[in-house]
Amino acid sequence: MSADVPTYLDGNAAAGALREVFAVDLTAAIGKCTGCGHSAVFAEAHVYVDAPGMVARCPGCDNVLLRVVSTPNDTYLDLRGLTYLRISNTP
Amino acid sequence: MERTALRRRLTWQVGTVTEVRDETETARTIVLDAPDWPGHLAGQHVDVRLTAPDGYRASRSYSISSAWTGEGVELTVEQVPDGEVSPYLVEVLKVGDPLELRGPVGGWFVWRPEQAGPIQLIGGGSGVVPLMAMLRAHGTAASTTPVRLLYSVRRPASVIYVKDLKELAASEDVDLTFVYTREAPAGEPRVGRIDAALLQAKAFAPADDLTTYVCGPTPFVEAVADLLVTGGHDPARVRTERFGPTGGPR
Repeated sequence: MSADVPTYLDGNAAAGALREVFAVDLTAAIGKCTGCGHSAVFAEAHVYVDAPGMVARCPGCDNVLLRVVSTPNDTYLDLRGLTYLRISNTP
Repeated sequence: MERTALRRRLTWQVGTVTEVRDETETARTIVLDAPDWPGHLAGQHVDVRLTAPDGYRASRSYSISSAWTGEGVELTVEQVPDGEVSPYLVEVLKVGDPLELRGPVGGWFVWRPEQAGPIQLIGGGSGVVPLMAMLRAHGTAASTTPVRLLYSVRRPASVIYVKDLKELAASEDVDLTFVYTREAPAGEPRVGRIDAALLQAKAFAPADDLTTYVCGPTPFVEAVADLLVTGGHDPARVRTERFGPTGGPR
C-alpha cells in the first residue's frame, strides 16, 4: 500500500464502541478540539481503528480527540482532546 | 429516591441468519432476525463480531441496506481480500447460523423521511449500501422528496442491487446515474471517476435545503467532498461516511 493512501476512517466507525458507554449517539454531537479550536460533528473526526482500541483525531490539526479501549473487563475512555461535546437534547 | 429504570447500554446480541442473497461475485446480502432489534434509520450501521475457537475476536461495521419495515435487518457485505471478517460473512455464513451484532448505531449519516429538502446520494463501490437503505426508506415512506444517486463502480458486473435500483429509478422523484471507472457497458462512452463536470451535469446544484450524503472508501469520499465544497456546497450540508481498504466501515 502506498504511504499516501489515508488509513483513517471517520467518527461513524466509532459509533458502536461509544454507544456502549453513552446513552446517546455521539456521531452527531459537536466536538471542539483542544489543539486548534476547530469544532465539527464527531462523525467528521479521523478515526484509526488499527491502533489498540480506537483513536479519533481532529481533521484540522490531527490532535488526539478521544481514545476508547475495551479490555475483557473494562472500557477506558480518554477524552483528552475535547474542550467540550455539544449533544442535541432532541433525540 | 424514586427508582427509575436505568437505560440499558447498547451491547452485543445474537441474531440469526434467515436469508442470504448474492448481489455480485464479491458482495452478499445477509438478512438477520435479531430478537431485541429496536428498528433503525436509513444510513445506520451495525457492528458484527466474530470469535475464533481460541477466543480471538474481530469486529467490523457494516451498513444496513434495508429500510425498517417492522422486522429483520439486512446487511450487504463486500468481500475484502485477506479480510478478517468479510470472507467468512460472504463465503461461509449460511441460513440458520448465529451472528453477533451490536446496533443500530450512528445518528449523523442518516436520512429521515420527515427531513426537509432534496437529497443527493453519492456512493463509491459498496458505499452504495447505506444509500440504498435511504432509497428504500424513501420508497417505503412514499416520499416525494427529490433524490438523485450517483453511483461510482468499476464495471457493470460490480453494481450491487442492479435490479432494485432500476425499479426504484422508475419513480419520477428518483434519478439514477452510474459512473464507470474501469469499464463501461456498450453505449456508455464515459469511463472515469466523478469530476466537477459530472457533478455539474448530474448532481443537484448547491442549495440551502439540499443534504448530500457521500459514502465510499476514504480516498473516494475525500475527493468527492472536496469537489462538492469547491463547487459551492456548504460543507455543513455534506455528510460523509468512510470505510477503509481493510474491510468496510468498521
